[in-house]
Amino acid sequence: MTELNIKKQKKILDIENIIPAFLFLIASVSVLTSIGIVITLVVDASHFFAEVPLSEVFSTELAPLKAKNPSFGFLPLIMGTIVTSIIAMLVAAPLGLCSAMFLSEFMSPQKRRVIKPIIEVLAGIPTIVYGFFAYNTVTPLLMKLVPSLEAKNALSPGIVMGIMIIPIVTSLSEDAMSAVPEAIRQGAYGLGSTKLEVATKVIVPAAISGIVAAFVLAISRAIGETMIVTIASGSAKNFTLDVTMPMQTMTAYIVEFTSGDAGSGTVGYYSLYAVGLILFIFTLLTNLFAKYITKKYRREY
Amino acid sequence: MDNTANTLENKFSHNINMNKKFIDPKAAMKRIQKRRLYNKLAETFFSVIIVFILFVLGLLLYETISTSIGWLDLDFLMGRLSIRPERAGIKSVIIGSAMLMVVVAPVTLVIGVATAIYLEEYSKKGFLHGMISVNISNLAGVPSVIFGLLGLTVFGRLFGLGSSILAGGFTLSLLVLPNVVVSSQEAIKAVPNFLREASYGLGATKWTTVRKVVLPSAIPGIMTGSILALSRAIGETAPLVVLGIPTLILKTPGSFMDDFTTLPIQIYYWTLDTVLTAEYANLAAATIVVLLTILFLLNSVAIVIRNKFQRRY
Repeated sequence: MTELNIKKQKKILDIENIIPAFLFLIASVSVLTSIGIVITLVVDASHFFAEVPLSEVFSTELAPLKAKNPSFGFLPLIMGTIVTSIIAMLVAAPLGLCSAMFLSEFMSPQKRRVIKPIIEVLAGIPTIVYGFFAYNTVTPLLMKLVPSLEAKNALSPGIVMGIMIIPIVTSLSEDAMSAVPEAIRQGAYGLGSTKLEVATKVIVPAAISGIVAAFVLAISRAIGETMIVTIASGSAKNFTLDVTMPMQTMTAYIVEFTSGDAGSGTVGYYSLYAVGLILFIFTLLTNLFAKYITKKYRREY
Repeated sequence: MDNTANTLENKFSHNINMNKKFIDPKAAMKRIQKRRLYNKLAETFFSVIIVFILFVLGLLLYETISTSIGWLDLDFLMGRLSIRPERAGIKSVIIGSAMLMVVVAPVTLVIGVATAIYLEEYSKKGFLHGMISVNISNLAGVPSVIFGLLGLTVFGRLFGLGSSILAGGFTLSLLVLPNVVVSSQEAIKAVPNFLREASYGLGATKWTTVRKVVLPSAIPGIMTGSILALSRAIGETAPLVVLGIPTLILKTPGSFMDDFTTLPIQIYYWTLDTVLTAEYANLAAATIVVLLTILFLLNSVAIVIRNKFQRRY
């Protein structure tokens, strides 16, 4: 072998050794992102929690922009988030589950191949479009049914959010139902069951871990959803269960406050990160819960 | 003999009598009919639900398009932003969105594909592989508004990028990174092992194999996933609003350090201001039609790439 060839070989081997390290460096960007999120939230939220006592945080009075004695009770935001998410799930859970049963157990595969992508189109529409739809179309429609409804309310964005997360419930539940082995289905038919009985008494119980996980993931999406509630639910910080009233969610608070003139370094500015931290913990817990359910209750066939 | 036959017959008839007592064919028939009726009712009910969901989708599109009619024309597409609704155009908004994508596309593609290669080709198992995978799946569940806070703190303030296109682009890149990584991983996984082995057999090194064999056959899948991720980034609003993009920017962005506005952000501000000027609703609807058209085109391209170039082994 000539010297030149040896040199070339050595160069190739050098590249071979460098590449994995280089790729690992790039791959660690995602890890750094997570670390960055946690550090940003915790560091800036700690400034907030250092100045505002916990008893105030868990009160119902939220007036961050008041010049004198601003107060930072986050309960109205948590309430707003929970109320809109519950409304969303009241819409998405029955509609999503029923359409999943229909797709998986009643429909022919040919029709399923057409209908399922159309339902999934709903998941591809940007949330800002849903926000416009909620504010401009759904709220006026609901006003005809519920005259006491205000222009900004929790009901309309809740419903629209529910429609937005239907594809999550439908797709994931349908996947779980399709994963139930055909033998079980045929066994039930052999005993003389109707399609409905097979679906509700055999398939749904067998796929329950996937279905519950789908619900939990949908809830997590609803909690983190921002633009629909920002546009259609308003910025009034009401602590109420009355869905005809405007309410503010945690996400909407973050958006309202950053687009306003919150100066850096004020308690109001740091309150953003405190709300962000609570929101982050909420969604992280629901996501981990969904994973736990799928792991623990998954049946292996 | 006779006796036994008799008793058998007796027993048999006895049994029949018993059956007559316990199973009433009429009642059984009625019950079966009831079950079949329930089945039929449920099927109808489920189809009504599907139709309802499709109806809502149709209503959304119909309302948006009908509100935009008369407002969506060439002047609107090519004009400058204005406070006066009849003169407003969204040229600078479209350019803003496009420039944002010029930042997002290469950044996510490079980081996403490199991460996927590392996970699939270099660290098949082990602590690092597990940590990065878990991390990516958790990152996918973080609400977009939180990424906005990250961008505001890190890119906006720490790096001093403010609310420029670069700051917005980096923030959105991190947001859609999990999507790109996961779809690239799927694409790389789908490349059969015999291709790699053939390459090794010819004396190729690992990196050469990845570069010349694995990536070329995975590229259609990677492109499909990246285009879908990009279309998510185009429609994203919350993180950019959190970055603090000013309400009304009349200037067209010239460089990547300029302030900018994008289609979703403009929809957001116009929708908020419908209280002041009713015609802003028409402008918002027209902008939505533009946005949805772009998304539709992007998705079509993704589907075409998948169907045309995806190799099956």
